[in-house]
Amino acid sequence: MTLFIEQCLNGLQFGLLLFLLAAGLTLVFGIMDLVNLAHGSLYMVGAYFAATFAAFTGSFVLGAVLALVATLLVGMAVEVIAMRRLYGRDHLDHVLGTFGLILFFDESVRLIWGPAGLSLPLPPWLNTSVQILPGVHYSAYRLAIIVVTLAVAAFLYFLVMRTRIGMLIRAGASNREMVGALGVNIKLLYTLVFGLGAALAGLAGLMQAPILTVEIGMGEKILILAFVITVIGGIGSIRGALVAAIFVGFIDTLGRAFFPDMLRLMFTKEVAATAAPALSSMLIYLLMAIVLIVKPEGLFSAGNR
Amino acid sequence: MRKTLLAAGAALMLAAVPAAAQNKTVKIGFVSTFSGPVAVIGNDMRNSFELALDHLGRKMGGLPVEVIYEDDGFKPEVGKQKTEKLIESDKVDFIVGYIWSNVLLASVKPAFDSKTFLISANAGPNQLAGELCSPYFFSTSWQNDQTPQAMGLYMNQKGVKSVFLIGPNYAAGKDMLAGVASTFKGKVVGQELTTWPSQLDFSAELSKAKAAKPDAIFVFYPGAAGVQFLSQYAQAGLKGTIPLYTAFTIDELSLPRQKELALGVPGAQQWVNDLPNEQNKKYVADYVKKYPGLKPSFYGAQSYDAAMLVASAVAATKGNLSDKPAVQAALKKADFKSVRGNFKFGNNHFPIQNFYLQDVVKQGDDYVLKTVATIVKDSQDSHHGKCPMK
Repeated sequence: MTLFIEQCLNGLQFGLLLFLLAAGLTLVFGIMDLVNLAHGSLYMVGAYFAATFAAFTGSFVLGAVLALVATLLVGMAVEVIAMRRLYGRDHLDHVLGTFGLILFFDESVRLIWGPAGLSLPLPPWLNTSVQILPGVHYSAYRLAIIVVTLAVAAFLYFLVMRTRIGMLIRAGASNREMVGALGVNIKLLYTLVFGLGAALAGLAGLMQAPILTVEIGMGEKILILAFVITVIGGIGSIRGALVAAIFVGFIDTLGRAFFPDMLRLMFTKEVAATAAPALSSMLIYLLMAIVLIVKPEGLFSAGNR
Repeated sequence: MRKTLLAAGAALMLAAVPAAAQNKTVKIGFVSTFSGPVAVIGNDMRNSFELALDHLGRKMGGLPVEVIYEDDGFKPEVGKQKTEKLIESDKVDFIVGYIWSNVLLASVKPAFDSKTFLISANAGPNQLAGELCSPYFFSTSWQNDQTPQAMGLYMNQKGVKSVFLIGPNYAAGKDMLAGVASTFKGKVVGQELTTWPSQLDFSAELSKAKAAKPDAIFVFYPGAAGVQFLSQYAQAGLKGTIPLYTAFTIDELSLPRQKELALGVPGAQQWVNDLPNEQNKKYVADYVKKYPGLKPSFYGAQSYDAAMLVASAVAATKGNLSDKPAVQAALKKADFKSVRGNFKFGNNHFPIQNFYLQDVVKQGDDYVLKTVATIVKDSQDSHHGKCPMK
């Protein structure tokens, strides 16, 4: 039972982290109608900034805050310099353009920080485990990730549902032309939204950095999952992204944790040991396929929020 | 004037026409990973190979050497393509390199079919030691099972009664876990294979290991994954409670990022930077001199040995590389000074060699690997019986 609780926490932590990435992706996709493959690069940039600033200031938290601001600025700069040229164009142009940005970011990082990658060491107070229930110890850092991401989710909810900017964001997701026609400064709104998405990706990257280390190409691996979540949750819907991300986190972690044991009951040990990792990594895509069949628009499509 | 011209022309002609069947240059193809997060390994191998060529005066058996480096991109299918390209369009005499067992397994067939000698400077999948062994294959590293087998023996010495095994789900990962299980006398209470190379978060596996309450955890995670595993192991609060034993998880390339997390975590290896033979002292000292800020790893040491092995065979056959049986016989002798101390090849062309226990020590602000003890002497891999070669 303690193992099950722990695995659920692992799943929740992974899902919430994916939510940060997917939220930015779905905002940009839904409001600006822009397929941004370079979202993973901003995740990587956030992690590199955090490792650099943390080493420079000697404080993990201060480094993280500085990195967040820096990634926000990088995101806004990318929007002004590169993304503006892509609006209103074909999706294929978006894919080509932002794929070019991935190559640009990977190579820039290699030039600035070198090919070996960095590590972001945790302060001692986070680098331990804490007792959350009698007999259940859990990594303090992963617990901190859960708390921070839940806070960010609440902030996003407040921002989108309760503020004027949020109203414009929601309006933009439903009908972009109309918002522009009503005299809203859509250019500024786009820059803000893209910067917000970048900051969320950067936050995910810097929080993942102490767990996965900081390296070139770290964003590409996780970007696929973020896209899957966007598709499952419905494009443009933050609520959908949250639900889908938690789903995916749970399925991935619990699948890895318990699927091999289930297979072992049915097949020989060797077959189960080899097949289980492959099959459990397929479960997420299976979920996406089912959702696409049952609700092609995703669980919460932007139209009917 | 005319005479001198004539003489010069004759000399040029003579120089341009070598003895029949003798190569003009020695062409070597080198396949490794030079891009992406594990490029540090490929770079270390290339650095060491280049250093070996410097030490050889960039000549083997009096012939100039040409090396063509190819990047496998960490992918078996790319490795195979690059191997085919080296054989078919570059017409290389030797192919060296290969970090990853799955890349090597995909790449051996074109080499064997074209009778090109392939020397693995790292990967050692069990298939190539057993039923797939070939006269055209040699290894300057080890068979995958050997290093974890040494670790299993060391765990017996330490009185470990139960162990939980974690490793990546690919050819080498399966060999490594099978290797440690074959010599470990206690109970294997659980085993987890993770998706390779995409899975980097080991939370589910660490939770299971913790719940199984073993005396120890054994892992094999080469490259950056080793850094990730050690930090997650510490974050899960296991560092003080369940000791960790490793193979190929802590090395000079990952140590600068693992730092204090690697302290007190033992590993087994056939080469450590402080082995006290002359050849090794020269290798390590000149490496640090040629590549400031870098340190050689076992990957590099094996690549250095691979260059020396090829050079010994070219010299012994006087550059007549078309005489395949003669080249094979010369390679088989392993007639060179290895940086790990001299070794013999077994019937399957894998080294019979010692394995050492290595530990991490802090020197000032630096973390270094040190030899602590010899775990096993003249170890031969357990698959050589299945190889039909004598």
